[in-house]
Amino acid sequence: MRNLLLFLIKHQFIFLFLILEIVALFLLSYSYSYQRSLTFNAANDLTGNVLKTSTNISDYFLLSEENKQLLDENARLRDRLPNLKQAVAPDSILYVADSIYDYIPAHVIRNTVNRHDNFIILDKGRDEGIEKEMGVLSPQGVAGIVIGVSSHYSIAMSLLNEHAKISARIKKDNQLVNVIWDQENSLEGTVVDIPSHLDLEPGDTVVTSGNSFIFPAGINLGTIVSYHKSENRSLNRAVLKFSTDFNSLHYVYLVRNLRKKEQEKLLEEAER
Amino acid sequence: MTGGIIKQVIRFGLLILLQVWVLDKVSFDGFVIPYAYVMFILLLPFDINKSLLLLLAFFTGLVMDFFGNTLGLHAASLVLLAFVRPGVLHFYFPRLETQIGEEPGIVRLGLFGFIKYAFTLILLFQTALVFLEVFSFHHFFSLLWEAVLGALATTFSVTLLELLFERRKRKKVR
Repeated sequence: MRNLLLFLIKHQFIFLFLILEIVALFLLSYSYSYQRSLTFNAANDLTGNVLKTSTNISDYFLLSEENKQLLDENARLRDRLPNLKQAVAPDSILYVADSIYDYIPAHVIRNTVNRHDNFIILDKGRDEGIEKEMGVLSPQGVAGIVIGVSSHYSIAMSLLNEHAKISARIKKDNQLVNVIWDQENSLEGTVVDIPSHLDLEPGDTVVTSGNSFIFPAGINLGTIVSYHKSENRSLNRAVLKFSTDFNSLHYVYLVRNLRKKEQEKLLEEAER
Repeated sequence: MTGGIIKQVIRFGLLILLQVWVLDKVSFDGFVIPYAYVMFILLLPFDINKSLLLLLAFFTGLVMDFFGNTLGLHAASLVLLAFVRPGVLHFYFPRLETQIGEEPGIVRLGLFGFIKYAFTLILLFQTALVFLEVFSFHHFFSLLWEAVLGALATTFSVTLLELLFERRKRKKVR
């Protein structure tokens, strides 16, 4: 026993190295499971506060860009106003859709675009009513999905994440597809599960399907850049240019689906 | 001695903030980020207890992991760097005589010596980083290329910072 102890002390450098590496690799492998990203709360208040300070500083330099984006968004909303006035008749479908989704503005305090899995940290948390699996929208379209919340911050996986898979539709003919990210670059994603009878042109718009209870239907995901139909496969892929500019992501909206519980319960009962 | 510890704590804090606030937002060519914070481990004194070196590397890596949401990734890579640091120093500078508390910086190793020392350790660190992040050897050469580019960016930023630190120090001595 004493010899063992002496042996350990003599080689403490190597043993300590091995122990620390094992601990680190254990933590790492734990962080690889997707379940962890849903349960582990990386958005803790301490790192949140440090990141918030840096955002406060950089905010100042981004004001003009931000202003431009907000003006653009304003203009787009204004364009839609006349249509809405006509549509909001008491019995219109649009009216009902509005009462299902609630939008909470939030501020991005950290966002990566150059990792293999990218996350967005936001300055709204549990206290402001943020929950897991709420959608994150940028002024230009879909940005991500919330996967963890602390009392004042939340963390979302951005579309630039291996685990992101968004149910979508081709806008022109309403065909269902899925959008993923293949880790190539921060501007482009991939549209998968395209039925072979479909013909896509560059420039075709891809929007959310509304099938997931997370995003409302018809939110912009991006536009098709190129599409190569392969003869021997029944489901094809296409390159998509994201409508959200992840590099300049700054203000976002969190989507709360007010009827999510009800919808999920119904689905559960039907599947039983 | 206490002065030395306070200096290390301040340097640690400054490097972490620099990394989180500035450098993490810089990226050349998409995936390449200069991780200048590893300089904290590179510059710890020659005569530091080797086990303490490992523990400090583990702690520093964990702090970065918390900010980057990459639990264990930086910790594992940086502990590896700290583990080979004594060997690399001995290999490159076998006959170097050092005083108590002296740091392996440009003043002691010379500019070329420092770059040689820093690049060797940083290349190992970045290689561990990219392969652990992806956890496969699937795109071996593109990942290796990513590691080399990252190591160049990191070594460049570390050397630049070290030159700035050293210039200030020399002014003080005069």
